[in-house]
Amino acid sequence: MPWDRNQMAARAAQELEDGMYVNLGIGIPTLVANYVGDKDITLQSENGMLGMGPFPFEGEEDPDLINAGKQTITELSRTSYFDSATSFAMIRGGKIAAAVLGAMEVDEEGDLANWMIPGVLVKGMGGAMDLVAGVGRVIVVMDHTNKHGKSKLLQKCTLPLTGKKVVDRIITNLGVLDVVEGGLKIVEIAEGVTEDEIRAATEAKIVN
Amino acid sequence: MKKIYANATEALDGVLTDGMMIAAGGFGLCGIPELLLEAIKESGTQDLTFASNNAGVDDFGIGILLQTKQVKKMISSYVGENAEFMRQYLAGELELEFNPQGTLAERMRAGGAGIPGFYTKTGVGTVIAEGKEHKDFNGETYIMEEGIFADLAIVKAWKADDTGNLIFRKTARNFNVPAATCGKICVAEVEEIVPRGSLDPDQIHLPGIYVHRIIQGDHEKRIEQRTTRKKEDA
Repeated sequence: MPWDRNQMAARAAQELEDGMYVNLGIGIPTLVANYVGDKDITLQSENGMLGMGPFPFEGEEDPDLINAGKQTITELSRTSYFDSATSFAMIRGGKIAAAVLGAMEVDEEGDLANWMIPGVLVKGMGGAMDLVAGVGRVIVVMDHTNKHGKSKLLQKCTLPLTGKKVVDRIITNLGVLDVVEGGLKIVEIAEGVTEDEIRAATEAKIVN
Repeated sequence: MKKIYANATEALDGVLTDGMMIAAGGFGLCGIPELLLEAIKESGTQDLTFASNNAGVDDFGIGILLQTKQVKKMISSYVGENAEFMRQYLAGELELEFNPQGTLAERMRAGGAGIPGFYTKTGVGTVIAEGKEHKDFNGETYIMEEGIFADLAIVKAWKADDTGNLIFRKTARNFNVPAATCGKICVAEVEEIVPRGSLDPDQIHLPGIYVHRIIQGDHEKRIEQRTTRKKEDA
């Protein structure tokens, strides 16, 4: 059985180490916060907060307290607030240890596309380009194939890039792959999935 | 010099001109200068360029100026929540310059700090880098981005004193600080103007030197994505 969304998030949480400052993207990456356990992880929200807490209880929402997905959230005893220029100074300056992001495409060079489908959708890159250029480690969490069954792990990205040679590790519903010299390397296979299945679902070159 | 004005319309009197560039604070609908945007709509000023992270929603924030077609161009990082924006953009009625969020924030900060350009790794190898100067530092490639020098900055803060010292609240600080600094004139709307001396000088987020006009008003402070958890989940 391939991993479901929660199993992918739980696997991504294993990448995070005690003491890390981490930025989680929208979608499955947001779920990673549910699986960090006892590890001392500080979540950054790029709209200007370190130490992001859980969603508020009903009736306790604060319009002045939102995350980068514009959802109402809460603060913790460790929380600090700052302006957007300071927020991206810490991102660009390499102070954030890791970012966990969703993606539309990743290729064998580590190029990432997750912000634009030409002619279909104009939303913008938000902070994604800054994050992939600046943080210590970029972990992509996404389904291995798109809704048409086509691989999202490509030889070369076809969509406009978010960053070039930026991805370190890819966690999909089928397993975990690292971007290494010459292509992608399978480092883990989801239980019940075979190596042949991963290879068949991967257009990018897989190296041993 | 008196900085306090009676309302948003008076605070913008004499500073609005067709074709001007306005830097606006806010992230999503959080910390946006909603009263000043409403007054700009009433003024009918045309052909505006906005440097603002987002474009509001259809009926709130910068969205209200899109409805009235007062906006010529947006410089933003994310405009996904606005159907009218999409319509005007896809119809070629609205110019759009996408900036990565951190690049936009730094462009404002730089403009306010008298820095006309800077180099960043963000966007190298993407469409953002096309046509921009590339330069290598220590074996890594960077692109040059330019500071933003806006004709006007409009921001929203929590508290001000009469000298323009501002304090923001939680994540509503966001783009308000860099936006305020990059305007030739900065107008701030706040929830409360407090007597001089009642703000702790050590806790000022934006010194009054950056703020020229201030108004106090009632804010709707709309929530874009209300998300909660149930007590029993805790």
